[in-house]
Amino acid sequence: MDELLSPILSKYNYWVYITLMMIGLYAMIAKSNLVKKIIGMNILQTAVILFYVSIGAKQGATIPIIRHGHEGAAAHAVRAADYINPLPHVLMLTAIVVSVATLGVALALAIRIYRQYGTLEEDDIATRITGDIRKSP
Amino acid sequence: METIVSIKPFLAVLVSIAAVPVLLSSRSANIREGWTFVAAAAKFAIVASMLPSVLDGAEFVYTVAEVIPGAALGFRVDAMGILFALVSSFLWIVTSAYSIGYMRGLNEHSQTRYYCYFALSLSAAVGVAFAANLLTLYLFYEMLSFATYPLVTHHQDREAQSSGRKYLLYIVGTSIGLLLPAMLICYDLTGTLEFSNRGLLAGKVSKELAGLLLLMFLFGFAKAAVMPLHAWLPAAMVAPTPVSALLHAVAVVKVGVFSIVRIFTGIFGMETLSSFDLGSYVLFFASATILLGSFIALSQDGLKRLLAFSTIAQLSYVILGVGLLSTKGMIGGVIHIAMHAFGKITLFFCAGAIFIATGKKNISEMAGIGRRMPITMTAFFIAALSIIGMPPCGGFLSKWYLVLGAVEAHRSPVLLVLLFSSLLNAAYFMPIVYRAFFCRPEANPFGNEIREAPVFCVVPLVITAIISVILLFYPQPFFRLASLAAAQMTGM
Amino acid sequence: MTRQLPALIIIAPLIGTFCISIAGWINKRYCLPILIAALGISLYASIGLLGLVIQEHGVVYRLGGWDPPWGILYQVDYLNGLVLIVIAVVALINAVACRKHVLEEYPDRVGPFFTLYSLFVTGLFGIVVTADAFNLYVLLEIASLSGYAMIGMGNGRAPLAGLNYLFMGTIGASFYLLGVGYLYLVTGSLNMADIALILPDIYESRVAMTAFVICMAGLFLKMALFPLHSWMPNAYTHGSFAALGVIAPLTTKVMIYVMIRISLTVFTPSFVFDRFRIDEAIVWLAIIAIVAGSLLALSQSRLKKMLAYVIVAEIGYMVGGFWLGNRQGITGAVLHIVNDAMMTLCVFLAAGAIAYRQKGDDFEKMEGLFITMPFTMSGFVVAALSVIGVPPTCGFFSKWYLISGGIAAGQYAFVGALLLSSLVHVVLFFRIFEIAYYRPEAGHHGGGHSSSVINEAPLDMVIPLLVGAGLLVVLGLNTGFLVDRVIRFAVPAQLI
Repeated sequence: MDELLSPILSKYNYWVYITLMMIGLYAMIAKSNLVKKIIGMNILQTAVILFYVSIGAKQGATIPIIRHGHEGAAAHAVRAADYINPLPHVLMLTAIVVSVATLGVALALAIRIYRQYGTLEEDDIATRITGDIRKSP
Repeated sequence: METIVSIKPFLAVLVSIAAVPVLLSSRSANIREGWTFVAAAAKFAIVASMLPSVLDGAEFVYTVAEVIPGAALGFRVDAMGILFALVSSFLWIVTSAYSIGYMRGLNEHSQTRYYCYFALSLSAAVGVAFAANLLTLYLFYEMLSFATYPLVTHHQDREAQSSGRKYLLYIVGTSIGLLLPAMLICYDLTGTLEFSNRGLLAGKVSKELAGLLLLMFLFGFAKAAVMPLHAWLPAAMVAPTPVSALLHAVAVVKVGVFSIVRIFTGIFGMETLSSFDLGSYVLFFASATILLGSFIALSQDGLKRLLAFSTIAQLSYVILGVGLLSTKGMIGGVIHIAMHAFGKITLFFCAGAIFIATGKKNISEMAGIGRRMPITMTAFFIAALSIIGMPPCGGFLSKWYLVLGAVEAHRSPVLLVLLFSSLLNAAYFMPIVYRAFFCRPEANPFGNEIREAPVFCVVPLVITAIISVILLFYPQPFFRLASLAAAQMTGM
Repeated sequence: MTRQLPALIIIAPLIGTFCISIAGWINKRYCLPILIAALGISLYASIGLLGLVIQEHGVVYRLGGWDPPWGILYQVDYLNGLVLIVIAVVALINAVACRKHVLEEYPDRVGPFFTLYSLFVTGLFGIVVTADAFNLYVLLEIASLSGYAMIGMGNGRAPLAGLNYLFMGTIGASFYLLGVGYLYLVTGSLNMADIALILPDIYESRVAMTAFVICMAGLFLKMALFPLHSWMPNAYTHGSFAALGVIAPLTTKVMIYVMIRISLTVFTPSFVFDRFRIDEAIVWLAIIAIVAGSLLALSQSRLKKMLAYVIVAEIGYMVGGFWLGNRQGITGAVLHIVNDAMMTLCVFLAAGAIAYRQKGDDFEKMEGLFITMPFTMSGFVVAALSVIGVPPTCGFFSKWYLISGGIAAGQYAFVGALLLSSLVHVVLFFRIFEIAYYRPEAGHHGGGHSSSVINEAPLDMVIPLLVGAGLLVVLGLNTGFLVDRVIRFAVPAQLI
């Protein structure tokens, strides 16, 4: 029992992100409302972001801000193990921006679709489309 | 053997491609046809200018681009190549004259397109003749397939559409499905595709693989109409007669057969073929095609269809000659390319002339036509003699050498095939001639005054008929070229 | 100046994006010239870069002067030098040709469209020129988002198709990001060359394999490898021709470039082909893609959708060729990136010109086109011959290398699939030619001349098409130069 629990407990960050990612994927694929799909997409991207952030964490480390002025970089040697890795956070800032941009584009498209078909449910849109096809010569 | 590096082979190919923009922009039909003649004459002149050196044993070489390591786009003019190029380019001049008479006589549409694609097709044919390696040959072979498609389907009606589909199916289907992989297997085995007198694959291929490749090449070149991949040829008879005449009696089908000869000699080589006893397979398919083709021709009523099946049979004589793997057989086969070309083109010209003058396409309706069109039918008679292989016509020479070759190779069944097929040829040609000339005057539906086809149609067919006769008595330069070719390829 | 070329190639369209955006508010007629100017600069830069690479075997540019692995490195070698030129040429030709399409499809959004166009090209250049795995993701998303928006801007069913494209593309990009995350986790670096140095020690670890598989899965989604292709036919059918002319030829090819880059530079051939033996499985996947794409194309009745499925098959060629793992196959795949981009461009330009004149791209609208639109159809015929694989067009030569690679690897199923799809392409294109050529109602021997009048597409659509068609032949004849001087060095030396 111990051998089973210990990898699960120690690597809980991975389990969290995998769960989130699956939820996101499920929403994107299985749900028929476009907004829910968009939310699912966002959850998927958030899962990846959380994964990155989590791998920067270290036990017993503090935030990566060095408390001295501009006396010169070589003045103080820094023990890397005391500070959590800032790089994944930086990368994920970019990724969050990308995610927001994607969200913006997706919502813009969704608004256009809503104006065109009057609904955001995929099945209804499909019905509307086949109806249009039958009507046009 | 002397090798001359010269741009002439490339020029010979380019001449007619360059003519296309000129043709497209010609203001009047006369200017357009005039330029066609200029291009045809220029092509013939360039080819003929290389003749003396080749007769002395030299070769012209020219590389255009090194596209693939070991297989450049290049030209090499040797005896067999220049024989084929001479025949095609000369006959193009003649056919252009005939086309003028025919197309104007019937007031055909899209004539400019016709002349343009004709020019492109001839470029491709000369390209095949002068190809230095299998890649270049393949390139021009494909170019020919696509350049002749608009010619075959010229009438653009439903019949043309289904014939066009058959044409593509057989010719492009085999070139992509059989020829391309065979070519690539050769490349994989040897790293190059150059035709060599000993045979590229000599010593590098096992018996089974050689047999497989042989079959792939034999049927991959569907333009040679080896049975059972022959059905496109009768279907292509929907084309206007000059197309059928030059392309399907001379250029397209001869390209197929020429390519097969090139493959046998340049890729396989006589030694490989004889040591693996692959000649027997070749002889089998060739003989079958000859006999079946002739039999089917017997039952045809449409004149062009009969000629088509006759062509199918005659092409396999060339393959037969090479399959005998003997010097005399090779000479016979190669020179048959020339003899058959002149004879068959005459026959097609006659068929077209008959159609223009009387509107008749079926043999059953042609009784008594000799009274009305004596010149045409006499030419028909002479050409038929050549195809059957009787003196005083050139076809006799090629048949004679085929017989000698069969004896030299100790293949007596082939002798029987040659004899029997000649009888069959006579059986389907002679009745036409007989009925044309000897029918009761009062029952002649054509009346008894002479009314030939337009001059532009009659003169070419007379020229080619006369040449068919001359070729027996003075077969140069073709005979010398064929002997040279045979010597080069059998290494004797 | 030449030292700055790697940066210049990105900065030109990036600044162009902002300029176009502003110009769009002032007067929309300034937009296209700015775009063409920016693309012209990029083309110049890309040619200069390839020349520099041939001279010096590689160009390196440190963004901001920072050394890797802290800084982002732009590195141009033979492989991406070639792809850069392809992107520049295709983008430029299409920019010239798309003006009338833009005016027709989005007359009130000219500025935004060209802004997105410029941004899209910026993203593509960035993907190709960067040597940093995360930077690649950022630029990938820049390009993708612009692409989604360009497609979604269209009319009719375009927004829905665009949204679906967005969903699929985002999943793919997220997977790629995840794969990079695993790589970073286990190597501590984001620089491609750096990762390649560290990885060999941990080739056997599950992390490396996981990272590879996840990256590849994401890329396969983005490049529309069957069966992950479903977004593509819809997106390409409903998108406008102006957008498609640049998206169709480039998006999937650049993704294939990324796949090659990750496999050869980051993971190196000794891992990808020798240790981690999934190459055969991927080749089989490619074979299925080729066959499925070709057969599905047969059942279409709209030109754009048929072409989309043809692209699915072409992707199969390149993926299969690469994963054969031998020199011929990889050469074929890289060569096909170049050739297929050009062929696809020409084919979509032709389709766009036809659709512009005939007001639609259904097959029934194509009757008698050989007479009414002879120049367009000539360009279309050349492009079709290239897709079929007829020499001397370029399509033949990349097929040559691919088949050659297949034979050398003993993968005869791949060879068979290639030949089968060539034959299917003959049928596909000749079906269209038949409709454009035959007049079933005509009599047996046509009496006189046709009465149709030439109604060609506008000159600024036809000329780029003919230039493209000419390039197809020029590329074909110069295959020897391309392979010998450029692609040969792009393939790692140890592969046979």
